[in-house]
Amino acid sequence: MSSLISLLQAAIYFGTVIMLGSLGEILTEKSGNLNLGVPGIMYLGAIASLTGSFFYERAVEHPNPVVCVLIAILCAFLASALGGLIYSFLTITLRANQNVTGLALTIFGSGVGNFFGGSLNKLAGGVGQISVSSTSAAFRANIPALAGLGVVGDVLFSYGFLVYLAIAAAIVLQWVLHHTRVGLNLRAVGENPATADAAGIHVTKYKYLATCIGSGIVGLGGLYYVMDYTKGTWANDGAIEGLGWLAVALVIFTTWKPIQTVPGAYLFGILYWMNYYIPGLTRYSQEIFKMLPYVITIVVLIFTSLRKKKENQPPANLGLAYFREER
Amino acid sequence: MTSQNHSKQREPLIRMVKRDHLPAKKAWLIRIIGLLLALVVCAVLIFSITKLNPLKVYTTMFGGAFGSTRRSWQTIREAMMLLCVSLGLAPAFMMRFWNIGAEGQILVGGVATAGCMIYLGDKLPSILLFAVMLIGSIAAGALWGFLPAFFKARFGTNETLFTLMMNYIAIQLTSYFVAVWEKPYGSNSVGIINSDTNAGWFKPLFGQQYGWNVVIVLVLTFAMYFYLKFSKQGYEIQVVGESENTARYAGINVKHVIIRTMLISGAICGLSGFLAVAGSGHTISVSTAGGRGFTAIIVAWLSKFNSFVMILFAFLLAFLERGASEIASKFNLNDYASEMIEGIILFFVLGSEFFINYKLIFRTKEHAQNETLKEEAHS
Repeated sequence: MSSLISLLQAAIYFGTVIMLGSLGEILTEKSGNLNLGVPGIMYLGAIASLTGSFFYERAVEHPNPVVCVLIAILCAFLASALGGLIYSFLTITLRANQNVTGLALTIFGSGVGNFFGGSLNKLAGGVGQISVSSTSAAFRANIPALAGLGVVGDVLFSYGFLVYLAIAAAIVLQWVLHHTRVGLNLRAVGENPATADAAGIHVTKYKYLATCIGSGIVGLGGLYYVMDYTKGTWANDGAIEGLGWLAVALVIFTTWKPIQTVPGAYLFGILYWMNYYIPGLTRYSQEIFKMLPYVITIVVLIFTSLRKKKENQPPANLGLAYFREER
Repeated sequence: MTSQNHSKQREPLIRMVKRDHLPAKKAWLIRIIGLLLALVVCAVLIFSITKLNPLKVYTTMFGGAFGSTRRSWQTIREAMMLLCVSLGLAPAFMMRFWNIGAEGQILVGGVATAGCMIYLGDKLPSILLFAVMLIGSIAAGALWGFLPAFFKARFGTNETLFTLMMNYIAIQLTSYFVAVWEKPYGSNSVGIINSDTNAGWFKPLFGQQYGWNVVIVLVLTFAMYFYLKFSKQGYEIQVVGESENTARYAGINVKHVIIRTMLISGAICGLSGFLAVAGSGHTISVSTAGGRGFTAIIVAWLSKFNSFVMILFAFLLAFLERGASEIASKFNLNDYASEMIEGIILFFVLGSEFFINYKLIFRTKEHAQNETLKEEAHS
C-alpha cells in the first residue's frame, strides 16, 4: 500500500512537469507553430527562476515566501516567453523553418541553462552548487491540515500549489480553446491561416501571442522541476531535456486536447516510475520498462493517423509558415 | 478625387517581397554577414558574463581546436562524425521528411557494432568481423529509419514525432545493453571494448588514428553529392520534396521513394554509429550519439543539402564545440557555453535566410509621390 502511494506521488510530481510543458505546447501548436524548442524553453524557465530567487535570497536576510514565489514565477515566465519570442520572430516574421528553429532553440536553452546552472554560484563569487532553499520550500508548502488526512492526504493534498495550478490551467485552456471566440480564432489560424486572414483575424498577432504565452507556460514546467522536483538545486544531467521531449510526446498522446493532459501526464508518470515498484525486475528489464511511455505514444500516433477521426488530428497547418502573398 | 484619397490606405512602412533569384555569391555574403553578427553578439555576451576580452576568448578557442596536431585531429574526427550524420539526413530532409531521429539511428548502429565487437571479437578474422560490424550497424540504422517511413508512407503518420520517439526507444535500448554488457560489474558502463586485443578497432591509416574515419566519410560525401545531384533517385527525392502531388502526376511512386530514402538515411546514420564505436570511442553509452543527431540537422539544412558546403558547417560546429570546451577548462567555466554560442549562431544564420529569400522595400517619399502622381494621372 505504501509503495502504491509513493508511486502515485512520484507520478504526480513527474506528471506536473510534463503537464505544464504539454499545455504550453498545445497552445503553441494550435496556432500552427510546431515548436520543437520545448526542452530548451523548459531550461530557460528553470534557470531564470533559479537565478531570480538566488539573487533575491542572497540580497535579503529573511526571504519572504510570497515574494520568493512571485519572483521565481515572473522570471521563469518572462525568460521562457522571450525564448518563444525568438522562435516567433524567426519563424513567423522571418519565415525560418520551424523544425530547425525549434531545435536551435533547444540547443540554445540547454546551453544557457546548464552554463548558468553550473557556474552561477561561481560567477557570483560563491562556492559549490547553487541552492535556493527558501523559495523551494515556498513552492513545496502544502496545507498541513489537509495533507495530514492519512492516505487521502498523502495522495491528494501533499503537494505544492503548482500541482493544482497545472490542473486548473488545463481546464482553463480547454475552455478557452473550445468555448470562447479567442479560442475559435486561434484554432482557425492553426487550421487554415489564409481563411482566418480573410475572415479578418490578425494571424500574425495570434501566432505571436499563442507562441509566447505557450512558451511561458512551458517554462513554468521547468520552474516546477527545479523548485519542487529537485528541491531548488541544479544538476547538469540533461534530465530537463528528456522531460521536454516527453512533454512533446504527451501533446500527441492527448491528441491536442488540454484537458486530457491531466490523466495523460499522470499515466506517463506511472509508466516512468513503475519499474521501481514492480518486484523481481532486474536492472536490465527496468530499462526496457522505461521505454513504455514512448512506445505507447507511437502506438497512439499510429492509431490516430489510421482512424483519421477529424477531432484527433493535429492542426492542419502545423509546421508551415504563412505568407499572405504566397497563394 | 478627395474621397478617393481618404479611402486610400497608406502604404506600410516596410513591405517584403519575395526575391526571384539571388546570385549564389550574394547569398553567401548575406550568410557570412549573419555569421559575423552572431560572433559579435556572442563576444558581447562573453564579455558581459566573464569580463574577459572576447578576442582573447576566440583566440583561445582557436588554440583549443587547432592548437596542436592532436587537437586538430580531434576536431577533424568530430567534424567527420557530424558530417557523416548530416550526409545521412540530407536525402530525408531534401524530401521534406523530418527525420529528427538521427540520434536514435546512430545509437542503434553503435549498439549493433559494439555487440559484434563483444560477441564476435575473438571468433572472427579481422576482415570478416569488420564486414559483420558494418552490415549490422547499417541494418540497425536502416530499421530505425524504416519504421517511421513505412507508417508515413502508408497512413500519413506524422514523422517528426515518430522519429523523435524512436530516439528514446533507442536510448532505453542502449541503456539496456549497457547494463547487460557492463564491465567491470557495477560500473554502469561498458568500458573500452576489446582493450586487450583491439579486435574491431580501426587500424591507423597513413599513420593517423582517425585516417579511416576521414576516408570513409569523404567517400560518402562525394557519393551523396552525386546521388542527390545527378541520379534519377536523387531527382525523385527532390520532386517529392517540392510537391508530393507533382511527383504523383509525374508518375513517381511517392510511397516507394519515402521508404527507400529513409532506408538510406537511417543506414548512413547507423554507419556513423559504427564510426563512433569502432573508429573513435571503442565503447557504447547513451551519450555515444551526443546530440549530433540534432546538430547535424542544422548542418544539413543550412548547407541546402550540398555535401561540400556541409563540410564547412560541420567544421564550424566542431570548432565551436572543441573551442568552447577549451575556454571552459582555461577560464574555469563549464563547457555548455558552446551550446549557447552555437544556438546564437544558428539563430542568426537561420534569420539571414530570410534576407536571401525576401527583400524589404521601405516606404520612401519619392515612392509615395510617384504613386499619387500616377493616381492623379489616372483620374
